[in-house]
Amino acid sequence: MSHNRNQKSSRSNVAGLKQRLRNYFAIHFHVLTTTLAQLGRSLGGNLMTTMVIGISLALPATLHVFLGKVDNLGASWQESAQVSLFLKASLPAQALSGLTTELNSWHEIGSLEYISPEQALAEFKQTSDLGDALALLDQNPLPGVILVSPALAYQTPAAVESLLQRLRQRSEVDLAQLDLEWLQRLHGLINLAERAALLLGGVLILAVLFVIGNTIRLAIQSRHDEIEVIKLIGGSDAFVRRPFLYNGMWFGLFGGLLAWLLVNVLLINLDEPVRRLAELYGSDFSLGLVDIKTTLLLLLLGPLLGLLGAWLATGRHLRAIEPA
Amino acid sequence: MIQFSNVSKRYANGYEALKDVSFQIGKAEMVFLTGHSGAGKSTLLKMIPLIERPSAGNITIDDKPLAQVKRRKVPALRRDIGIIFQDSKLLNDRTVYDNVALPLLVSGEHHPREVGRRVRAALDKVGLLQRENDFPVYLSGGERQRVGIARAVVNRPKVLIADEPTGNLDPILSREIMSLFEQFNQVGVTVLIASHDMELIGVMNKRIMALRNGRLLADERVRVGVA
Repeated sequence: MSHNRNQKSSRSNVAGLKQRLRNYFAIHFHVLTTTLAQLGRSLGGNLMTTMVIGISLALPATLHVFLGKVDNLGASWQESAQVSLFLKASLPAQALSGLTTELNSWHEIGSLEYISPEQALAEFKQTSDLGDALALLDQNPLPGVILVSPALAYQTPAAVESLLQRLRQRSEVDLAQLDLEWLQRLHGLINLAERAALLLGGVLILAVLFVIGNTIRLAIQSRHDEIEVIKLIGGSDAFVRRPFLYNGMWFGLFGGLLAWLLVNVLLINLDEPVRRLAELYGSDFSLGLVDIKTTLLLLLLGPLLGLLGAWLATGRHLRAIEPA
Repeated sequence: MIQFSNVSKRYANGYEALKDVSFQIGKAEMVFLTGHSGAGKSTLLKMIPLIERPSAGNITIDDKPLAQVKRRKVPALRRDIGIIFQDSKLLNDRTVYDNVALPLLVSGEHHPREVGRRVRAALDKVGLLQRENDFPVYLSGGERQRVGIARAVVNRPKVLIADEPTGNLDPILSREIMSLFEQFNQVGVTVLIASHDMELIGVMNKRIMALRNGRLLADERVRVGVA
């Protein structure tokens, strides 16, 4: 025995620290598993709490996912943005070829398509009833048009806008037009909806915090005697608090998982009608499932909120319990 | 080991539970504290693990003044003191084994998987090794009290205090419990037991302190009928 003790004290402090750390993590793991088992034992009431948390998290998450998808859709439409350059009527052929050669050398520009006044007129005649009326005119009233598609790297709204400004300054150009105002309005709407989702999310996150806090408060009350005993035998505040923190974390994690599940169920159910609607617009847009980023966000935010809610509840209520 | 110097305790409502109490208990001594209910026995015991703090006077444990023990250091103090209650205060949703293991886990100095040896040694000492997997509700009063004692000694504290540990037990069981305390005392643990059962403690041939209305009356070796 004494030999044993000597050996122990002769070991370096590092070994002692290692041992303590090992014990520390083992105790954390012990609490982790026992709180999970406790949660399982009173499944009924805990399921209700988890549902409330899950639904509260699911609502803003759904909005977030949905808006993200629509935003992507808008961006993909943006990619097909074209600038129409209406050229001045009396532009000599030489100036025209000079302009196209120069524009072709701009790195912002992906491709050009020239539509001559004659082509435009032919097309117009085909698609419009006014074709016969045009025949009365002694001169083709339509200008030449160059359709400019921005290069891939210059398809952001800002880049397209600056390209548009540059093109407008050309003397050969009568009018440069980017018909994307509706897209900007859509962006505006999405921004508004995103802001609303963020605010709603904030409010619901507060609700989750209070639900978890209240659940933990009730758990503390129902285990009043146990807390007293643990304090009597020398349990530190941290030791007493630990199971409740883990409890909150479990609630948050399961709430987050449930929210993830709910959002997926919602997306799967909406996918078919959305796909059909998109087809009408000639788009292959579909909702798909919750993206990885949102999944991670839910699975991290849930436990974090649980921990925070439990922390708030334990801070106030555990101190109040002292053996008497 | 335990020293009280002019300790008084006045509660917020003006009630004075202890008045100017002074005594000293040596290392490895076993002392009984007696008196009628309301005499201040519980209050006195509660001051040792700082469940209560004195309104006046000083207490030292192992030469350490308790007045200097800050709130955050109270748990560490309590880990060095084994406390036994009249109602044993076991956790009913945990097995006997888990109840006894609790002080070891609380200390943070033991790996949860490696406490088994000490838990079983403590249970063996109180004769309940066979009941380690039972829940406290299936135990008799005497058995529950013995689990409480195993929990109090598992951490090998230097001081054991017990508040009416035999209050709910018949005389034969009470004798058994007392002789358990005697065994711990014999291996060097300082033991302080509050009990109003003079018949029981009188035959133990130990030092007896008597309290009446918060004052310490007698503090000597007393035999049956003397105090």
